[in-house]
Amino acid sequence: MASQEEIKFLSNPTLGQQRKKYCRFRKFGIKHIDYKDPDFLIQFVNEQGKLLPRRITGNSLKYQRRVSSAVKRARHLAMLPFSTDLLK
Amino acid sequence: MTFIVDPVLSDDEIKSAAKNYSDMIVHEGGKIVHLDEMGLRQLAYPINKRNTGVYFSLEFQSESGAFIPKMELSMKRDERILRFLTVRLDKYGVKYNEDKRNGLIGKRKDWKKKKAEDEV
Repeated sequence: MASQEEIKFLSNPTLGQQRKKYCRFRKFGIKHIDYKDPDFLIQFVNEQGKLLPRRITGNSLKYQRRVSSAVKRARHLAMLPFSTDLLK
Repeated sequence: MTFIVDPVLSDDEIKSAAKNYSDMIVHEGGKIVHLDEMGLRQLAYPINKRNTGVYFSLEFQSESGAFIPKMELSMKRDERILRFLTVRLDKYGVKYNEDKRNGLIGKRKDWKKKKAEDEV
């Protein structure tokens, strides 16, 4: 029977680990989010055109708020849909 | 400020609609920083039974902004304007728009292309 230490490395230990998420606005020094740029904002919505949570995008709170207001402005100007299917 | 003009109008009428509002700002004591015609775009959803619209982006400076409600009211009454949005820009927003006009913001590829053109 195999001991506990051998069993530990039977599968790749890094396999199930997730990459650390980061806030892309902090990392690349983006200070202003343009509501007139739907191609950029589309990264922060899902296929139905809903905003993605911070849990998934990894944005910091400050920039998540700005993303959400930018997306809402873009929706008002019909640059992004309020709701659809198969946006991406 | 961004607004969408009805695409059914002729080119001159679209231009005059945009000019109308930029003149209004100047008349009220504001200063036009830039008027950008973003062109005909597909709308993400129909507005007033139109599927396309001509987008304009107008950046202006004003001390008090007291004339903005007045301008918004006239835009609301104007049938040529499908939608509008007025937004206060912070210093980063002003810098962003300036950089964008100078072609500093955009895809890396475009950036390189512009640089190559400058060198030629």
